[in-house]
Amino acid sequence: MAEVTLSGVRKVYAGNVEAVKGVSLDIPHGSLCVLVGPSGCGKSTLLRMVAGLETISGGEIAIGGRVVNQVEPADRDIAMVFQNYALYPHMSVYDNIAYGLRNRGTPKDEIDKRVREASKILAIEPFLERKPRALSGGQRQRVAMGRAIVRKPQVFLFDEPLSNLDAKLRVQMRVEIKKLQRALGVTSIYVTHDQVEAMTLSDILVVMNGGRMEQIGTATDVYRRPATTFVATFIGSPPMNMLPGRVTGPGRVSVGGLDLAVDDIRAGVATGTDIEVGLRPEDLEATPAAAGTAGAMAVDFVEELGATQLFHGTLGGATMVIQAQTGRIPVDTKALALTIAASQVHVFDKGTGQRLGRE
Amino acid sequence: MDHRAVFGNRLLPYLLLLPQLAITIVFFYWPTSQAAWMSFRIEDAFGTSTEFVGLENYQVLLKDPAYYQAMLNTAVFSALVAFLSLSIALLLAVMADKQIRGGTAYRTLLVWPYAVAPAIAGVLWLFMFQPSLGMIGRNLRAMGVDWNPLLNGGDAMTLVVLAATWKQISYNFLFFLAGLQSIPKSLIEAAAIDGARPARRFWTIVFPLLSPTTFFLLVVNIVYVFFDTFGIIDAITKGGPARATETLVYKVFNDGRLGGDLGGSAAQSVILMIIVIALTSIQFRYVERKVTY
Repeated sequence: MAEVTLSGVRKVYAGNVEAVKGVSLDIPHGSLCVLVGPSGCGKSTLLRMVAGLETISGGEIAIGGRVVNQVEPADRDIAMVFQNYALYPHMSVYDNIAYGLRNRGTPKDEIDKRVREASKILAIEPFLERKPRALSGGQRQRVAMGRAIVRKPQVFLFDEPLSNLDAKLRVQMRVEIKKLQRALGVTSIYVTHDQVEAMTLSDILVVMNGGRMEQIGTATDVYRRPATTFVATFIGSPPMNMLPGRVTGPGRVSVGGLDLAVDDIRAGVATGTDIEVGLRPEDLEATPAAAGTAGAMAVDFVEELGATQLFHGTLGGATMVIQAQTGRIPVDTKALALTIAASQVHVFDKGTGQRLGRE
Repeated sequence: MDHRAVFGNRLLPYLLLLPQLAITIVFFYWPTSQAAWMSFRIEDAFGTSTEFVGLENYQVLLKDPAYYQAMLNTAVFSALVAFLSLSIALLLAVMADKQIRGGTAYRTLLVWPYAVAPAIAGVLWLFMFQPSLGMIGRNLRAMGVDWNPLLNGGDAMTLVVLAATWKQISYNFLFFLAGLQSIPKSLIEAAAIDGARPARRFWTIVFPLLSPTTFFLLVVNIVYVFFDTFGIIDAITKGGPARATETLVYKVFNDGRLGGDLGGSAAQSVILMIIVIALTSIQFRYVERKVTY
């Protein structure tokens, strides 16, 4: 059993730059935890601290109940897949995969058995004698995965492993990583800046910003009940519309001339309070309206996505996007009347950006 | 892939090559052919006439035990200098690569010896190791070491090897450092996670990845030792004592310039040139094949 436990982990670089500001996180055995956030949010630093490639300035990291703060990377029983794959260019694919086992003095026939086994799982058997430079991006990615799984480590660490692949291959490898992780049941931490990867892969999703965790939860939780305006706009594509609004009564808010019912709002929020209202483009129901109708969105232009269309415009001076199934709304529509279910309205504190949902 | 450029004018490519060709012809092919021509002739003692003698110069040379001694000296000298300067430079480069603060100053200091003229470097080491006055030489003797490069051939060889090595370390160091810095950090990190200790990481990852640099430096160092150490030997030992440090290039100078045997000296030049060309092509053919990846 190898659960990974982070408690109050901090990273301070020379010059008092705090890259990670106290992260506490429990990753149960066998689950895949995705750290997602914009560049510089500390997600890679955190992963590298778990790997032992960065020193830990404060707090504790434990793998399988053992505190590893002072343990060498080699002795943490982890494997890591790097963004640029970090394959050894002078070694054949076979030697690349076998390297970690050889360093640990595994018997030769055992190495051979395990390399064959791993390369079979990843379908790289035909390339075992080739050098990495003779492989395509996707094949290199598989070799990097092979190098990780062959050692049967307690924890897999992935550092943006798909960001060097083209879009099609990325989707394919994403599915394979998920399948492989399920099949092997190895606790994994996966770092990415791509929110689609984060949503699809994660058992536990951690959204990070500025060295802090903004929210931990399942992908559905994070999407359905974003804890802050940052999470609300970071997870989901196109991002959630954020509009200034005001509480008009118990469970009611007004935003840009619309009067909306809200389910998830804290009891203590007084009528008249200025708030931020979040409305997902895909949750809004829109119907064509006469131009200039009060509470209607003025359409500026339409983006085609194939299955859906994005209507860009303004509502009460704030920019706004609506996603609708292609053909449902005529593209020459100038104004749209909007409705939304009370359960889909998100309200946030204007100052702190925290969700003002029920306790 | 085809990288050939296509020129509209057929003359233009030749015209573009002309400056390079002119320099090569004037400074390489012309003197070389002169040396080759001279090696088939004998000049009289007063330098007033020359006579064509065919291969006689070569026959005399190949019967001369002193010539084989010079070859042996060159082999020992070049092997020692190449090995020492490459390994010490690599060691320093590995340490400089780790050192981040003050790295620039450290690098600059290490590069200085390369800017010192060979003769000055030679004199410097001569002074330091001079048996009765030199600060190191005198102390060596005081400690009971029978150090005397003026009389002992082995000591003299040690001294020229030290001076020539010292001078070449800077150059090798620069290339090794650049080579080390071009190895992606993630490779080292991956090896660390793969359970390789620092020494093993160095020999299984870093050293193989440096091998193109090492190979290039090996070729450059051999050529350096064969030709450019003339100044150091001339300043320290003048080939002595008793020809113990007379290398092939120094013997060319000794016999031709001092001995006045222009024909014999030219024959030596030709042989020396053939040796260097042969060594370089062997290195490229057999060693380079193993270092590419």
